[in-house]
Amino acid sequence: MRIPHPYRFLLLLPLLLPLLLACRATGEEGATPPPNLAIENKGSDTLVNVALAWAETYIAQHPDVHISVTGGGSGTGIAAMINGTVDIANASREMKENEIEEAQANGINPVEITVARDAIAVVINPENPVNELTIQQVAAIYTGQITNWSEVGGEDRPIVLTSRESNSGTYVYFLEEVVRVGADDEEAVFSPEALLLPSSEVISLEVARNPNAIGYDGLGYVTAEQKVVAIRPAPGEPAVLPSIDTVNDGTYPISRPLYMYTPGEPTGAVRAYLDWILGPEGQEIVRRLGFVPLTPE
Amino acid sequence: MATREWIIENTIRVLGFSGIGFVALIFLFLLKEGLPAFWEVAPQEMIGTRWYPTLGIYGLTPLILGSLLVTIGAVLIAVPLGVAVAVFLGEVAPEWVRDLLKPMIEVIAGIPSVVLGFLGIVALSQWIRVNLDAPTGLSAITGSLLLAYMALPTIISVAEDALDAVPNSYRDAALALGATKWQTIWRVVLPSAKTGILTAVMLGVGRALGETMAVMMVTGNAARIPLGLDAFFKPVRTMTATIAAEMGEVAQGSTHYHILFAVGIVLFVLTFLINALAAIAIFRQKRQSGGRLLS
Repeated sequence: MRIPHPYRFLLLLPLLLPLLLACRATGEEGATPPPNLAIENKGSDTLVNVALAWAETYIAQHPDVHISVTGGGSGTGIAAMINGTVDIANASREMKENEIEEAQANGINPVEITVARDAIAVVINPENPVNELTIQQVAAIYTGQITNWSEVGGEDRPIVLTSRESNSGTYVYFLEEVVRVGADDEEAVFSPEALLLPSSEVISLEVARNPNAIGYDGLGYVTAEQKVVAIRPAPGEPAVLPSIDTVNDGTYPISRPLYMYTPGEPTGAVRAYLDWILGPEGQEIVRRLGFVPLTPE
Repeated sequence: MATREWIIENTIRVLGFSGIGFVALIFLFLLKEGLPAFWEVAPQEMIGTRWYPTLGIYGLTPLILGSLLVTIGAVLIAVPLGVAVAVFLGEVAPEWVRDLLKPMIEVIAGIPSVVLGFLGIVALSQWIRVNLDAPTGLSAITGSLLLAYMALPTIISVAEDALDAVPNSYRDAALALGATKWQTIWRVVLPSAKTGILTAVMLGVGRALGETMAVMMVTGNAARIPLGLDAFFKPVRTMTATIAAEMGEVAQGSTHYHILFAVGIVLFVLTFLINALAAIAIFRQKRQSGGRLLS
């Protein structure tokens, strides 16, 4: 049986076991680092791969610093920061009004830092002949007004909507900036028929195999087994494919900043780490992982 | 001697009662966290048909129907199959086949549900979409099949024990009267083991209703109202998957947090009702056949 791409890494798991044991053996000798050099970093699943790459590269250069990165979603990271358990929260959306109030009630003044940009790609199965959609069509598809691909120039097939769970920052962004803007309705919501899938990988898998499916996800997560749809900002305007160039020059309509939040102005090791992230080396990692760096060439 | 007896007796008594105590505490905690939902959200809203928790719309109907649909599907698949396997193991199969199959069935029970869910996504859902021509393989029927598979070991083991408990004199009598093997099984052994088989079915229902991980991975989690003939081939969102997917992200003490515990209460009450119905059925059964069982 051919194992689909997102799960191929599972085959490597048995190989990791001796490695883990080796780590354990050597780890016992090293003393625990001073607390100010241990950075806890948690939040957005969109950012988690970039955050891991940053941490790995940074730790290699600064062996005295320990950085632990976990995902879980923007809401999880922000909640952890409000509760004072992480030093940096990753978020693919801005903090909500009530989250800021909660933080302030805990005596924490969150500081927002834009660390990268992300474009949301609308993806379909490669067998699907549709190449471009307007924002309005995407909105009509996701609100359930358009239910067959033939209505947007495709074959006579039902449309299967896939989405992240409602706690995902990507879900909130797509709802507010695509579905509601495209439908021109502040109250528009996803169709109840939409599949709410637990992870980006499951969305990738479903879209890669099901010719009826449509999905959306960060540009960094699009694999070769999916087809990216070009988006028209309005019916008469040219269709634009997402890329580093089209996001930076503002022609691709579905893009967003990605944030890191710190409880109060960052100092010490956290400050140095964030400066490094915003510098050329950190932004090069952003580019390498398929996201859009802050400083265009 | 008497003090030793006293200590042993009371230790066992305390341990026994602590089981009840834990259930009571769990229920109290559920009530404490979930009851506020019932005055924070109007009842007519709670029985609504739309579940958009991030927008403050908390209609539980699609979740309850979703859980019921997936569970009913699983029971329809697992019960006939499970009872048939139990009959085969207990009444038909030669000794060596039985010795071979029983451990294998127990292995099924040991497979973690997340592994089954993974297989469900990678293999089963794809197969269902292509072969049943469904719009997507992430559907209620995929969940039902996985749940049926998970409930099978329980149903088989308990049903087989029930068949085992039927006295051999019943079988001998039936055969002596000229009944065939099939007639003996269908008319004599199965009816006598009815109570135990009902228990097996109820345990299977409980397993299916409460299972979370595999269901969350393969049912698509769309909070639609699953009515109509094609509902099995469309996605559903179950109560357990909803709690699992959303609990990690809610702010403690918010309405959404309370409503998720309220979903837990609904689940608890449903399970309790099913168990109570089974207990009543078993009780009536026992009274009816009370005299005859004393053979």
